[in-house]
Amino acid sequence: MPDGRWTTFMPMRVFQATGLRGQRSAGGLKPLVVFLALWLWSAWAQAVTVQDDRQQAIEIAKAPQRIVSLLPSLTETVCALGACQRLVGVDRYSNWPASQAHLPRVGGGIDPNIESIVALKPDLVLAAGSTRGADRLQALGLTVLRLEPRTHADAQRVLRTVGKALGLPAADSERVWREIEAGVQAAVQSLSPQARQQRVYFEVSAGPYGASEASFIGETLMRMGVANILPAAMGPFPQVNPEFVVRAQPDVIMAGDSSRASMAQRSGWSALRAMQAQRICVFAQAESDLLVRAGPRMAEGARLMADCLNKAAGVGR
Amino acid sequence: MSDQTHALRVAALLLLIGVATVLLGTAAGSQGWHNWWSVPADAVSRQIVWDIRLPRSLGAWLGGGLLGLAGAVAQGLFRNPLADPYLLGSASGASLGVGAYWSWLGGSAWTLSAWMGLGLTGAAFVGAVLAVILTLLLARGVQQTLRLLLAGVVVGVVLGALTSMLSLLQPQVLQAMQGFMLGSTAFVSWSACITMACAWLVCMALAWTFARVLDALTLGESTAQSLGVPLRLARLVLVGVISLATGAAVAHIGLVAFVGLAAPHVVRSLLRCTHAWSLLLAALMGGALLSLADVLARVLFAPQELPVGVLTAVIGGGYLLWRVYRDTYRGAGGGR
Repeated sequence: MPDGRWTTFMPMRVFQATGLRGQRSAGGLKPLVVFLALWLWSAWAQAVTVQDDRQQAIEIAKAPQRIVSLLPSLTETVCALGACQRLVGVDRYSNWPASQAHLPRVGGGIDPNIESIVALKPDLVLAAGSTRGADRLQALGLTVLRLEPRTHADAQRVLRTVGKALGLPAADSERVWREIEAGVQAAVQSLSPQARQQRVYFEVSAGPYGASEASFIGETLMRMGVANILPAAMGPFPQVNPEFVVRAQPDVIMAGDSSRASMAQRSGWSALRAMQAQRICVFAQAESDLLVRAGPRMAEGARLMADCLNKAAGVGR
Repeated sequence: MSDQTHALRVAALLLLIGVATVLLGTAAGSQGWHNWWSVPADAVSRQIVWDIRLPRSLGAWLGGGLLGLAGAVAQGLFRNPLADPYLLGSASGASLGVGAYWSWLGGSAWTLSAWMGLGLTGAAFVGAVLAVILTLLLARGVQQTLRLLLAGVVVGVVLGALTSMLSLLQPQVLQAMQGFMLGSTAFVSWSACITMACAWLVCMALAWTFARVLDALTLGESTAQSLGVPLRLARLVLVGVISLATGAAVAHIGLVAFVGLAAPHVVRSLLRCTHAWSLLLAALMGGALLSLADVLARVLFAPQELPVGVLTAVIGGGYLLWRVYRDTYRGAGGGR
């Protein structure tokens, strides 16, 4: 993880960091020039304007140092940008990385604790588009940035927007995005030709709700070249009729831990070839968490799916 | 005369409990105890007490009052102890309004500025009022109580099904809907308080005007008719009161369960009085119940907070169960 990366808004840190570089490169003037350039840049970039999910311009006067995040993927995005130490509160579903575990929990998306959030004196609140009480927080004078990543493109946009809102240079978010992209690409390339020939059913929760081609999970699967039994026309996470799956006969089933018990009991599912050949990947809770969040851990999710597909392709049919 | 003094005493007591819990509500919260009477030390504490705790405590009292009043009117008008404020379909209408708000907002229609201006609260209110109007249309007016009840149930079920369908098609609506269904006072602002206070005053005045009609109705519809009370006008106005009170409350605090049903029952178990008194008492009782539940919801699991609707459902449900159990037990004992 990109831990301990310096932020341009703390001259002391910049000085230390550039100083270290200076020692390594043994150039006398260079660190000073770098420092001055960064300092000037930071002064110029004090006030930034970013667009939220409602296409409203949110002005952020100076780089926020006390951030409250009300969505796990936004918490992860802030941390991936190396600004974990600027978080002062997170929602109760945020569980990664470990460096945010000690932070106070301020409720969830449907029941944010207004009082606790205000008491933390945040200079930026990151919330999902559907977070209740976001209007109320705004009315109380807080800066609220509503962002909800749902697709690969969203994840990139959100990463850029958060980076800009935090006052980080654009290069930072671009670099993090390149790392994610490289990870996803590596996962895609790790697939054997046989693994690519499969048709997949990805079950998000035991509703059963599945991930269609329109979801970002579906986008990852599409990049891998495998077919999804749920077409995009059904919406990103449609509720699926068990009958539909039986007719579609997927080669591989991927599901979260919550589906494990109910799957075997669904009528007709014993006739599924994937069930008979045990070409099923049941992800543990922590794995499911990272798979369903369109955040900086998308590459890890892609890796899990690729491993599952390779394993399933190895099982004879 | 002694009945009146008794009622006055109960009213004063309930008002006192209401004021006490509202004050307690400004002092207690998930962020610990703040002495509102001493000047809060810093700006954040001041903001927490004046801009968060006071409006939400007042909002709980007003919202509970509106539901209690609507419940008392509904039970009097339909002469049915099981009638509650959500009977005419207003609850499912409000839910559908909220669902529609989120699903359109989640779509591409960001530019729909009128929709944005209406807001979540407006959407819920419009939904509730439209549902009641639909019920009235289906019942072809307010002449027949039974037809009105039936139409209300049908509208409730159909709109509920539509809401379910909406949340199935667009799962992101589901989460927001859930928060609304639970009911919470956490997001009540000062402007919401003013709206609810106006609704409270208007509804109380209108209900009071027709309190004598409700008294006459306890003798049966035909007797009331023969007494020469303006039954038709009263029904129309009182249905309006129910929908306005419920719409205003539900829009701001969500679907809080059982307060509207339980408040008139508690009042009846305390004393027997005319509707002029029992309407006021039910409103005061609803306010006291909800603000008490609100304070409990905030401190029980502090710093986490329970949605108040969960607590009222547990407490209200428990109370009604106890009433039923006690009545049955007594009835069985009397039979032997």
